[in-house]
Amino acid sequence: MSLFSKENGEVFMGPLNLNNPIAVQVLGICSALAVTSQLKPAIVMGLSVTVITAFSNVIISLIRKTIPNRIRIIVQLVVVAALVTVVSNILKAYVYDVSVQLSVYVGLIITNCILMGRLEAFAMQNGPWESFLDGIGNGLGYAIVLVAVGFVREILGFGTLLDFQIIPDSAFVENGGLYMNNGMMTMPAMALILVACFIWVHRSINKNIEQ
Amino acid sequence: MGLKKILDNLKPTFSEGGKFSAFGSLFDAAETFFFVPNETAKARGAQIHDAIDSKRSIFFVVIALIPALLFGMYNIGLQHELATTGACATDACPCSAIWSNFLYGLAVMLPKIVVSYAVGLGIEIVVAQWKKEEVHEGFFVTGILIPLVVPVNCPLWILAIATAFAVIFAKEVFGGTGMNIFNPALVTRAFLFFAYPSMMSGDKVWVNGNYMDSINGAPAVDAVSAATPLGQLAAGEAVTASPLETIIGTIPGSIGETSVIAILIGAVILIWANIASWKIILSTFAGGAVMAYFLQYPDAQNFEWWEQLTVGGFCFGAVFMATDPVTGPRTESGKWIYGFLIGAVAIIIRVLNPGFPEGMMLAILLMNVFAPLIDYLFVQTNINKRAKRAIK
Repeated sequence: MSLFSKENGEVFMGPLNLNNPIAVQVLGICSALAVTSQLKPAIVMGLSVTVITAFSNVIISLIRKTIPNRIRIIVQLVVVAALVTVVSNILKAYVYDVSVQLSVYVGLIITNCILMGRLEAFAMQNGPWESFLDGIGNGLGYAIVLVAVGFVREILGFGTLLDFQIIPDSAFVENGGLYMNNGMMTMPAMALILVACFIWVHRSINKNIEQ
Repeated sequence: MGLKKILDNLKPTFSEGGKFSAFGSLFDAAETFFFVPNETAKARGAQIHDAIDSKRSIFFVVIALIPALLFGMYNIGLQHELATTGACATDACPCSAIWSNFLYGLAVMLPKIVVSYAVGLGIEIVVAQWKKEEVHEGFFVTGILIPLVVPVNCPLWILAIATAFAVIFAKEVFGGTGMNIFNPALVTRAFLFFAYPSMMSGDKVWVNGNYMDSINGAPAVDAVSAATPLGQLAAGEAVTASPLETIIGTIPGSIGETSVIAILIGAVILIWANIASWKIILSTFAGGAVMAYFLQYPDAQNFEWWEQLTVGGFCFGAVFMATDPVTGPRTESGKWIYGFLIGAVAIIIRVLNPGFPEGMMLAILLMNVFAPLIDYLFVQTNINKRAKRAIK
């Protein structure tokens, strides 16, 4: 089978749209609510999850025939935990401020339902290349929603985008304007509503998604 | 009967296939607004039928709100005068001052009412047309409640956003009027409270100081401060308003909530018209009184426990918010529990949580969630009781 066959394209593209882990499977919601108050942590989190899902998928797929069935979850957790530790230390080394902002949620990637779901449902049955594509696709599918929510929340909640001031200072009430930032956007409750809006729009476009 | 004739002539153009069928729901709303429809629900099954259209019962609520609305307008002017001149005591004001204060409040209040109705009804009409349903009348009450539960300084664009949020996310996504879990007017207030906290609390927002004055050319009163009794209590200060003032309502506060007398007139209208449940109102006051007696502010001076019931939004919430038939319990015994818990929880939030000087909004929203559970318990108890009796 060629590396870029139609099936493999399907494996990669599915999670980005019609099988999106957040919008369709509604997995990984907790971290989506917690880290999206600004765009930068949302992007970093999305990329971290993508990398970890892809490589843990590959590793598990490589050793899937040697894992004893009864302890497979433990083995998966060990692999994921090792990768999470690596990613967490890389974040601390290179983007320290974001890693402080993400705090426990980097460590909690271990318990992310998307990861466990992909390992159990895909990597245990498929070869390493397909598993890699599946991991990248699911990670990016997760990242898309995070970035969309983080975009709306940062611009309405802080008036900035990637810490760059978007709404002019003179528009704010403190400086004689009329505008105020929406404090609700900085709260996780609003992220839930935004994710719901995302799902709503997504399902209105793709009417054939199974409920 | 000229109007009726005009409406009848216009009807075909607004019906399906007519020229203006896109505005059919709007026409339908106008028609039933002016005239009671002939047809009521068909007598099938065991429902109880009443000839009163829900538009009529809704209008009783609006009528009941008018005393609080009129007093709120007067109080806007009064608070503004007190803050700018710092002198006028209520009883010393001549009649002309009452009138000019009222007109000042009317001018401040009208844009808020217009914005609230325009945004809310606009969304309702769009949704109704989209789903091919009638426009429901529930928003007539919500639209007047929203301006009454916000501080006077709340800017119009913020009010519009909050109204839109509440109508879409508290009402339409649940299926529109009659389906909502939360009271939309309270969701509006909750949204404002969490999204724009500096516009909803503190001591700067209760006096109209920025917008009208800049329009009228008068010097803008920046940072006029007037603390509400609850704000003072939360800050551990002595309450400046006397009990009489809190009952009459000449104190700073959200526009419609200050006057106990005006709200009680509304309560009498609602109970007389058999629209609000007197059980909920009574038990809310009972719950609040019991809890206020046992849970007093630790360092409040000159503040009797019963004054808790006269300050803040307690009365307004008990009469106009807790009695919302959609979000409250249906069972008669459940209403006692529901009201009692609203009163008790409101006082607990006020006294124990310094972050929330006013607990009524959160208490009612919390109990809205529990209303179906209360109903379920009472219905199940009754079923079990009757089942036992039948088996015997």
